[in-house]
Amino acid sequence: MRRILSLLPILLFVALASYFAVALRPGHDPHVLPSAMLDKPMPTFDLPTLTGEGRLTPQAILGKPALLNVFASWCAPCRVEHPLLMRLARKEGIPIYGIAHKDKTADSIRFLQQLGDPYTAIGVDADGRVSLDFGVYGVPETYVLDRAGHIRKRVVGPLGAEMLEKEILPLLRALERS
Amino acid sequence: MIRWIVLFALAFVLPAWAVEPRERLADPALEARARAIGVELRCLVCQNESIDESHAPLAHDIRVLVRERVAAGDSDAEATRAVVARYGDFVLLRPPVLPATWLLWFGPGVLLVGGLIGTAIWLRRRAPNPTTADAELSEAERQRLDRLLREDG
Repeated sequence: MRRILSLLPILLFVALASYFAVALRPGHDPHVLPSAMLDKPMPTFDLPTLTGEGRLTPQAILGKPALLNVFASWCAPCRVEHPLLMRLARKEGIPIYGIAHKDKTADSIRFLQQLGDPYTAIGVDADGRVSLDFGVYGVPETYVLDRAGHIRKRVVGPLGAEMLEKEILPLLRALERS
Repeated sequence: MIRWIVLFALAFVLPAWAVEPRERLADPALEARARAIGVELRCLVCQNESIDESHAPLAHDIRVLVRERVAAGDSDAEATRAVVARYGDFVLLRPPVLPATWLLWFGPGVLLVGGLIGTAIWLRRRAPNPTTADAELSEAERQRLDRLLREDG
């Protein structure tokens, strides 16, 4: 009994240290939530497109692994990640679908004129309802979708070059093979 | 006088809820239910405020969603589930009892019981042995005590 008690401080230290090692590990942001939608089909939606032609619906996205990117012209981090989206679309040929989140159509169009348009199609989500159905809590957010339209990965905040190389492209390639 | 005015004014202080007039449902009973649901839901961008208290646009969107569901005839649990389906259990300010949250729910109780048991053991150990405590001094001890007291005096 006494032996166990004398070991107690060490046991407590080990328990605390291992907790901190996990919770405070570098690169871990406790504010980033796992998506409740992971591995589930994307929610249904039916949005007018930015060009005014046709509608953007899940059916239009199915068939090929794709990215769905929620953006807004008023969102600064969206500008930061934009060159990466351009590269993905132009060099890697990944279909990227945009959801213009709470943005004026004219502003979205100007944004794309300035920075280039990597999107296969863009849905105009003026009141943010579709974003809400996806569980978006801040723009930009990016979803990796498989052929069947299931959400396979969610990135909160701007995409990074390293994340793109190490996680998103390999995942997309694996999804293309499957 | 000033003091009385301030006290009088303070008597009318109400918490500053974030629910905006245009969000409110016309039916006060439904609105009250929506408010009660909102108090239990975390605003994900502020994280320590409920959507009922937060002015963040996201909190507004979730408040509107809850009101739509309530107005459409959802029960409180169904309306809450609609939000959880989108944002996960983390939106619940009162986390559900799951294996992952056992430590959170039962940890304090386990610590309290453990502490009580530990304290009880410690007190019991520390208590003087009744057989020695109550025993009278032996004759030899009494003589030694007298001697020591005399030396001192």
